Amino acid sequence: MESVIERIKRGSFSQFHGGIHPPEQKFLTCSKPIASAQIPEQLIIPIRQHIGQAGNVIVKVGDKVLKGQILSDCDSPMSVPIHAPTSGTITAIKSMAIPHPSGLSEACIILTPDDEDTWKQRHICPDFHLLSKTQILEKIANAGISGMGGAGFPTQVKVSTLTKINYLIINAAECEPYITADDLLLQEHSPTILDGIKILDHLLTPKNILIGIEENKAKAIAALKKATADIDHIDICVIPTKYPSGGEKQLIQILTGQEVPSGVLPSSLGIVMQNVATCFAIADAVINDTPLIKRVVTVSGQALEKPQNIWALIGTPVGFLTSQCGYNNSQNRHLIMGGPMMGFSLPHDQIPVIKTTNCILAPSEIEIASPFSSTSSKEVECIRCGQCADVCPAQLLPQELQWSAKAKDQAQLEKLNLFDCIECGACAYVCPSQIPLVHYYRVAKAEIRQQKLLDIKAEKAKVRFEARKQRLEREKVARVEKHKKAAEARKARMNTGTSAAKSEKSAVADALARVKAKKAQASIKQNTAEISITSTLEMTAESVAPADDSKSQVANAIARAKAKKIVQKNQAQIESLDTLQNNESPSSSQAAPVVIDKKAKLDLAITKKTANENTPQAETISDSANAQVDATTKVVSPEVVNLASVSDEKATQALNKKAKVAAAIAKAKAKAKTKTTASLAAETAFDSSQLSTTSPNIDVMQDSNTAAQVKNVAEAIAKKTPSGPQMVSNIDTADRDQKTKIAAAAEKAKAKELPLKSQQISNSTSSSIKSEQDSMRATQADIAAIKKAHVAAVVAKAKAKKLAASSNKLTTSE
Amino acid sequence: MAFWIASSPHNHQQNETSSLMRLVIYATIPGIFAQWYFFGWGNLIHIFLAVAAAIIAEFTVLSLRNKKIKPQLFDGSAILTAVLLGISLPALAPWWISVIGSVFAIALVKQLYGGLGHNPFNPAMAAYVMLLISFPLQMTQWQPPLSLLAMDIQLTDTLAVIFSGYTPQGYSVEQIRTHIDGFTMATPLDTLKTNMTLGLTVVESMQAPTIGKHFGLGWEWINAGFLLGGLFLLSKKAIPWSTPVSFLLSLFVCSFIAFMISPDSNASTMFHWFTGATMLGAFFILTDPVSGATSVKGRLIFGALAGLLVFLIRKFGGYPDAVAFAVLLCNMAAPLIDQYTRPRTYGHDLGVKK
Repeated sequence: MESVIERIKRGSFSQFHGGIHPPEQKFLTCSKPIASAQIPEQLIIPIRQHIGQAGNVIVKVGDKVLKGQILSDCDSPMSVPIHAPTSGTITAIKSMAIPHPSGLSEACIILTPDDEDTWKQRHICPDFHLLSKTQILEKIANAGISGMGGAGFPTQVKVSTLTKINYLIINAAECEPYITADDLLLQEHSPTILDGIKILDHLLTPKNILIGIEENKAKAIAALKKATADIDHIDICVIPTKYPSGGEKQLIQILTGQEVPSGVLPSSLGIVMQNVATCFAIADAVINDTPLIKRVVTVSGQALEKPQNIWALIGTPVGFLTSQCGYNNSQNRHLIMGGPMMGFSLPHDQIPVIKTTNCILAPSEIEIASPFSSTSSKEVECIRCGQCADVCPAQLLPQELQWSAKAKDQAQLEKLNLFDCIECGACAYVCPSQIPLVHYYRVAKAEIRQQKLLDIKAEKAKVRFEARKQRLEREKVARVEKHKKAAEARKARMNTGTSAAKSEKSAVADALARVKAKKAQASIKQNTAEISITSTLEMTAESVAPADDSKSQVANAIARAKAKKIVQKNQAQIESLDTLQNNESPSSSQAAPVVIDKKAKLDLAITKKTANENTPQAETISDSANAQVDATTKVVSPEVVNLASVSDEKATQALNKKAKVAAAIAKAKAKAKTKTTASLAAETAFDSSQLSTTSPNIDVMQDSNTAAQVKNVAEAIAKKTPSGPQMVSNIDTADRDQKTKIAAAAEKAKAKELPLKSQQISNSTSSSIKSEQDSMRATQADIAAIKKAHVAAVVAKAKAKKLAASSNKLTTSE
Repeated sequence: MAFWIASSPHNHQQNETSSLMRLVIYATIPGIFAQWYFFGWGNLIHIFLAVAAAIIAEFTVLSLRNKKIKPQLFDGSAILTAVLLGISLPALAPWWISVIGSVFAIALVKQLYGGLGHNPFNPAMAAYVMLLISFPLQMTQWQPPLSLLAMDIQLTDTLAVIFSGYTPQGYSVEQIRTHIDGFTMATPLDTLKTNMTLGLTVVESMQAPTIGKHFGLGWEWINAGFLLGGLFLLSKKAIPWSTPVSFLLSLFVCSFIAFMISPDSNASTMFHWFTGATMLGAFFILTDPVSGATSVKGRLIFGALAGLLVFLIRKFGGYPDAVAFAVLLCNMAAPLIDQYTRPRTYGHDLGVKK
């Protein structure tokens, strides 16, 4: 079998699948010399002009730079420095629109030239053989050279490959219509290009160097042949003109017959490909110490008066070049960067030329009436004619890709190898249904990439979550283990019988007691409400029957309010319980909390006894009893407001003195009762003892407690129940009017004591008293008083908790 | 500063689906001319009826589907379908045959599946099969070539027969079809099939007047006309070469093998090629891109399968001709063929290649 070289020498080439023959239109520019570079008013130099990372900007706004001075350095192999294309001042570093299909903005250095074009100091090196390979590589890297054919892959990465290179392929195919930049460069500068090829030869030492050039560039071929006449391992391969033979993979297939496996670089096959313009730049960089600051750009299209190739400084705005070529400003302006097949429309003409820009196309409307613009789309349904598949150089199935892209079937798209699409546009070019196939693929690719990013994120999050779960699990296990060990150690210590052990034992006992107390709290919360309510109901039922209507109901309401208050009081109770436990435990004696008010102290005393008894039932009962005792005036006070208002009417109607006497009697009676009955004392304390200071109050209560030896609720209720009517009946000895008067007086007394308990309530009460005094008159007094008492009692029953508010309403409304 | 934004590629070879369809319609002209020459005005009238019905049906469905009517109505696909249906109908079939067939082809087979590009079956052939099964009497009343008719049939006679069933002189289709000698004439394929069942050999069958000197009086020229049109399309690259070539080759090979085994009971290869709808099927029906296979390999299989089916149905089936059935069966197989004939993408599965 003949070798690849033999075959090539015979002039026979492999074929890639498909391909098209669009109108070349190269005649517009291919016979005119390259115009020299002109300096525009402003250069816009994107920091990233290649595939890879951007370098770090090392100049700042206001800096004076010389031509060829480095503007950004790079720390990773995939980043490429940029240089000042001419001397001038850095006027801004900002985000500007860069050449990108989507009109993306990226950081750019704005350089205002000083028109002096002063070079930095250069070191001309006439013979590169004197340099070591590392030095040459360094020069290439420092010159900021990246592939100038299209993708912009950093050149030093490509040429520093370690694999054994069989073929160095120089890509001069230039298959895109209109573009003649490489053609002209070959025509005018083939010796320099050849120097570049020699440098690459020196670096890579390939077995063969193949220069692939399409047959439509006769002059360039002649120039190349002349330049390479005496070098025998360089073969000029004149290949048939067919788009896209200039694609890297396609050219490799044409020349070597090999396919680059999907997803790997050609260097894995021992092949390195360089564009002719890149070769020129390499020669310039190594020999003349000139960084990549200008390139040949084909400015073509029938909308231009003088289409031609121009040396353009990197960063030159496109508009500057088109005006140089006589761009007539037609209405529907369309500028394309790149060729008509793979180039992209520019949003405006201030987009800069970058290292990969080989063509600016300004077509007239008739010339390229793109079927794929948003305004003039003539897209119709695919009829599966299969012409796209016939021309696809990657042997994809464009029509099936299109179905899947429309259906957003990403799995199917990947199965159909969407990512092997090189976006050459051949399929869309031939499509009779004028479907913008490439556009569909680009969108689909972007969507898949985005989806993959999301998938990666989700995967990371999942891993993190799992790790966290495991960590928590581990910590839990470790904690349990630690506690177990500690408990064992403690047990062991406790069993030793030392004093320390004893204290520990008692600490445990404390803890147990605390737990018990907590349990008791819970049961209190649950039980007391029920118990107190039911007991109060019973009590009410009993008291209502014998009592006089008004009186009994008043008493009733008071009792009810009291019962409600019990529930509230439990809180204080619980606190005191805790405090008690703390006090009892010898180990925690230093932390005995201060009992805040005297009532709390009282509670404490009672609870102590309860705790001593140590039976949960007793605890509960005594608690509730306690609570009842505690309820005292606070509970009743809202109630009192009602009664007070009622009684005040009478008090004003009757003589003030009388009322005062009655009050005095009531007080006396109340005092007497306090002394005789323990549980009643608590109840009646609001009448008497709370008029005085709180300390006697507590005394009374303590007395009652000691006397009763902490009786249970049942007892308390039992005693209370008859005593209520008793009190009433005592008062009843006078006539009815008098009775009510006395009662009212008693109530008034209660109302007066209110300020001691509750500032708000007392305020409202006193104010209401005054208003009542003014408004009410004598005649209605008795009946009204009774009625009001009734009403007050009913309301109190229903809304014991909101008594203060309701009483206010009542008094004002009445 | 309004710059015009477009997606690459920016140029296009500027051909359109509609021009492709028009080209195919033009390519049917030689065949239609031969039909007219040998069988009179019947098919032209049917083509006209079918086209009118198709346009009305397409318009109705497109407006119901809220589609852009103008570009789709005149993209030529509906007209092409109607033309192909009109060509394949018996010349003296009643008018409603072509109307029903055309409406069925456009409204049901094409538009109900989603319109152009979405129909799994070739609309013309699906309609033909529907008509053949639903109206077997009308669909088998093939008119013999004019030269064999006992009477002279003019345009007005044909029109009258198609629209009323009788000529102005009062002859029915059945009477027109009857030979001077008193037997009903049929297509060459029909004749052969009938004679086979009667125990005659192929050579004997070939003596029938409908067959004429070669493979069927008139039919050979109609097929030649469609072959010519097909070659024109091939030269214009409007249709892929793979389908007709593999179809004709497959039919040739099958009939050749059968002929070699038993020359008495099997027609010659050329008889198969130049009778019935062979050439029409090869270049105009099977090449319908929508319902066919897409890759070259797939098309080769598609065509070969169609050739085999045509031969089998002609030889063993109940119907004399088989192109419509073969096409529909192949349409069903096309997605599967596509599935298994995906080309190897550049840079993939290189190990398999080596």
